Amino acid sequence: MRTPFEDLVRDLAPQVLGALVRRYGGFDTCEDAVQEALLAAALQWPVEGVPDNPRAWLVTVASRRRTELWRSESARRRREEAVAARAVPDPEPPPAVDDTLALLLLCCHPSLTGASQVALTLRAVGGLTTAEIARALLVPESTVGQRISRAKQRIRSSGARFHLPPEEFPDRVSAVLQVLYLVFNEGYTASSGPSLNRVDLTSEAIRLTRQLHARLPDDGEVTGLLALMLLTDARRPARTLDDGALVPLAEQDRGRWDAGAIAEGVELITASLASAPVGPYQLQAAIAAVHDEAERAEDTDWRQILGLYHLLDAAAPGPMVTLNRVVAHAMVHGPLPALALLAAAEADRALAGHHRVHAVRAHLLDLAGDHGAAREHYLRAARTTSSLPERRYLEVRARSRPR
Amino acid sequence: MKYLILIHSNPRSRALWETMDDDQRYALGKGHLELTEALAESGELVVSEGLADVELARTVSVRGGETLTSDGPFAEAKEHLAGFYLVDVESYERAVEIAARTPDAATGAVEVRPVLDMSAWDL
Repeated sequence: MRTPFEDLVRDLAPQVLGALVRRYGGFDTCEDAVQEALLAAALQWPVEGVPDNPRAWLVTVASRRRTELWRSESARRRREEAVAARAVPDPEPPPAVDDTLALLLLCCHPSLTGASQVALTLRAVGGLTTAEIARALLVPESTVGQRISRAKQRIRSSGARFHLPPEEFPDRVSAVLQVLYLVFNEGYTASSGPSLNRVDLTSEAIRLTRQLHARLPDDGEVTGLLALMLLTDARRPARTLDDGALVPLAEQDRGRWDAGAIAEGVELITASLASAPVGPYQLQAAIAAVHDEAERAEDTDWRQILGLYHLLDAAAPGPMVTLNRVVAHAMVHGPLPALALLAAAEADRALAGHHRVHAVRAHLLDLAGDHGAAREHYLRAARTTSSLPERRYLEVRARSRPR
Repeated sequence: MKYLILIHSNPRSRALWETMDDDQRYALGKGHLELTEALAESGELVVSEGLADVELARTVSVRGGETLTSDGPFAEAKEHLAGFYLVDVESYERAVEIAARTPDAATGAVEVRPVLDMSAWDL
């Protein structure tokens, strides 16, 4: 669906923005100017052809636009007699790190909400328009526009610099990973939804994570996240039927999995496990790799998966990790001990009454041969989920249990 | 995640409205306007509207390819939808927090409902 022209514009977007911010300072005005230059390119290039040096073209148009924006902005400020605000931009020193990386770190500034970080990253680094982001997130354009302008206000008032002091680097990289993971999930979990004319956020997240990986090849968690995305996305063709119905992992047609993506993901995660200290994204990627490497569902090495879940539970405990560990436990030790574990896990407030607890209990009861009780719990899970595809799946599951 | 905050009109809220003077009615309207503006500003608002009186409702059905309309609401209920906020927020807790800021929550009660979405995790 995407044209080479769109790829070009999106790849150039952070480079152009980086060049402007370094030359003039003032991230927020530069970002608006680049957005307008990208829109101008989208109108002109398909008609007049791509210029010989597209990057220089965009920098020129964006610079001109920035000057106009800056003039009207400073005129407005004078009118409001708020001259105390920085009237002269202070140029940033030459880059110690690459612009795309600096932009990613800035867009994931800790003073922003998750929703704002996602919107700003997709626009400033991803080169998407506000309208495209709004369609992808299924919210009105004005809502996304507001999230972006609010994010930029916050960045300005926090006094954040374009280039980050090195000691803040590790924390901020992990914030970037979280945002990219959020973008990926936003796309992946909604991939059964109406997709006409929507930017594919899953591919967008993989593209941006690749860019991050190219700049930080020795960071194990960056590699882990890229591997996790590739290994998960590889199953997408088999994950839903044409009517949008969900197919559970055990029943997917593995011939439809993307073998190239799996090979790349496995290679990445294998190399990173051998060298780096191991973090949560690497562990999740390793689990995905074990699933993807099984030719048939019954070949899955559940013992290894269970071991990895124990490590993940220690590294980054959470309610969903607990539930997945319970399922893996059932596959290794049988459904009855897993049901006991599930009952204990329910003491966690985050899990009490959660629809996935009902779904897992249903699955375990089913494995234990208690189909009547399984049916009950599938129905309870169906009633309490707010996801339409999950509800459909759980209802079908309940109906098809033997009486 | 999207949540719908529903504000109902019922005999109790209508009786209360009757006892209000102009200033109080104005304050209620202003409370909604301010909340709407605050939500637009925070990037959480999808849409919010207040509905005209249920007297103006028309009920529509199609039978044999023909559209039939009748004046009046769908059901002879004592309670009707009077307005709503559709918000896109980080958590259920945040939606409840917003619902608590509607002027109607202070005098009666408002309802919060999660919107069905297409998100689905690997099973």
